[in-house]
Amino acid sequence: MTDFLQLDSVTVQFGALRAVDDVSIRVREGERRAIIGPNGAGKTTLFNAITGVVAATSGQVIFAGKDVTRAPVHVRARRGMSRTFQITNLFPNLTVAENMRLAVRGLSPRKFSFFGTDALDAEETRRAGAALEISRLHTRRDAAVKELSYGEQRQLEMAMALVAQPKLLLLDEPAAGLSPAERVIVSDIIRALPRDLTLVLIEHDMDLILSLVDYVTCLNNGKLLVEAPPSEIRGNSDVQDVYLGKARHNA
Amino acid sequence: MASPAPNPAPDSTALPARDTGMSRLAMGAIALGALAFAVLPLILPTYQVSILTEVLIFAVLAMAVDILAGYTGRTPLCHGAIFGVSTYVVVYWTSQMGGSPYVGVGLGIAAATFVAAIFALLAIRTSGVYFLLLTLALGMIVWGVCLRWTSVTGGENGLRGAVRPAALADGFSFYYAVFAAVAVVAFVMWRFVRSPFGLTLRGIRDSESRMRSLGYNVPAHLFLAFTISGFFAGIAGALYAMFNDFVSPSTVGLSQSVEGLLMAITGGIGTLFGAFIGSFAIIGLENLVSLYTERWQSVLGAMFVLIMIFAPEGILGRIRSFVAQRRR
Repeated sequence: MTDFLQLDSVTVQFGALRAVDDVSIRVREGERRAIIGPNGAGKTTLFNAITGVVAATSGQVIFAGKDVTRAPVHVRARRGMSRTFQITNLFPNLTVAENMRLAVRGLSPRKFSFFGTDALDAEETRRAGAALEISRLHTRRDAAVKELSYGEQRQLEMAMALVAQPKLLLLDEPAAGLSPAERVIVSDIIRALPRDLTLVLIEHDMDLILSLVDYVTCLNNGKLLVEAPPSEIRGNSDVQDVYLGKARHNA
Repeated sequence: MASPAPNPAPDSTALPARDTGMSRLAMGAIALGALAFAVLPLILPTYQVSILTEVLIFAVLAMAVDILAGYTGRTPLCHGAIFGVSTYVVVYWTSQMGGSPYVGVGLGIAAATFVAAIFALLAIRTSGVYFLLLTLALGMIVWGVCLRWTSVTGGENGLRGAVRPAALADGFSFYYAVFAAVAVVAFVMWRFVRSPFGLTLRGIRDSESRMRSLGYNVPAHLFLAFTISGFFAGIAGALYAMFNDFVSPSTVGLSQSVEGLLMAITGGIGTLFGAFIGSFAIIGLENLVSLYTERWQSVLGAMFVLIMIFAPEGILGRIRSFVAQRRR
């Protein structure tokens, strides 16, 4: 197995703050990786550096054998990266079906069709339908997104990230703010993902993580703290320290 | 995601109940509106027919503004200038160069599209109030050029043209020529905003960051939207050249841009065809109120204030949400 996503000493600096500080991570093809850490550890900033929302101040991002450190967001998406957002980021004034159409067509030349019909073709319809089915939204196609419940919006986040058939899926706290019942739906969705899909997941819910991923990376203060398989991460004293609040000042 | 289903279910997303499709009610309303514009000239006196011609021409300008303001979430204040560039080119070509009006119209639209493309390159990196101010400044540059470049534009005196082809010399036949042109343009614009590309614009309006992460090159889409919107404003400007046979700096002025925007807002931003209602309301009121008082601008101003308070979604937008509520 090859390294599919490779971060080499990635640093993201905002003024005096090093939000991500010299982090190197290697994710193999088909691996499911969780990134954990307390609030402000730099998890979402790391995601933004991987997907190109912010540029790495130094270091390299290598994806599928290509250096994408300076590539803009949409170019990385075309190479096969897809993500969800921690703070729900959908098209609120459009319907679920229209959101899915935009998600399906992001990588298709048909997005530049000026006078064509807006309907999806048979293959795209099947993909959109399948993604909605997995996300349990297939009965809500015609609802406007702003009228969906919060839980449904989180499910749509997943469906839109999935339907592009990415090679690398990045989920930023997919279960944030959800009820226990809705969390089960999210973990079912993740479990139902194709096994060859590489997955990187930010999550706080330990139970969710431990049953889903192969390997865990823990960040603290922008630095890489520990990398370990899920069975070992719970017992790790460093992780316990940062999560239980008796952390030493690791500068 | 293995083998495709043998007989894929029909795309139930093809005709969703709301927003993208067109209900029977909406089609009826459009047919009624078109009928009104077709029949009214038969019963109106000549002067009112010319006002109605103006309403149709400015509706195209307002629709062009709506493509950006309503569908793309970028409110422009330079469309009067783009419109006026086309008017200037058509008038100049026919009166100063003695060229054919049909070639002139083509040149005018091309010039407007070219100007819009340059403005687009400068403006698409901004949004919100910065976009508004930048487009305002760009429009003012065009106005300044038209005012100062006296040898070509005639400065404040403007240019008088001989634009209208002989076949359309009388107001009545000219009205129907404009009516036919505007009908075609409106249909094309409707197809455009409902196309896959049109949907990407509404996506950009709602969330640029999500669009980027889905693989869309957002600046490219904004550039195309701006340029295409300018192309349509250029069509309106060329028609206006034929209508008015005269052009002066006020045609490219800020008030022209504001008027186009106000028509789009009054009719209903993001409704496209609301532009006809907005154009009719504003031009109609201008002409009606000015019969009774010199202070007609105050009356218009008061009307805008009332619309902003009681129907910020515009006349057509208000009707739409009213119908939607009744249906529930």
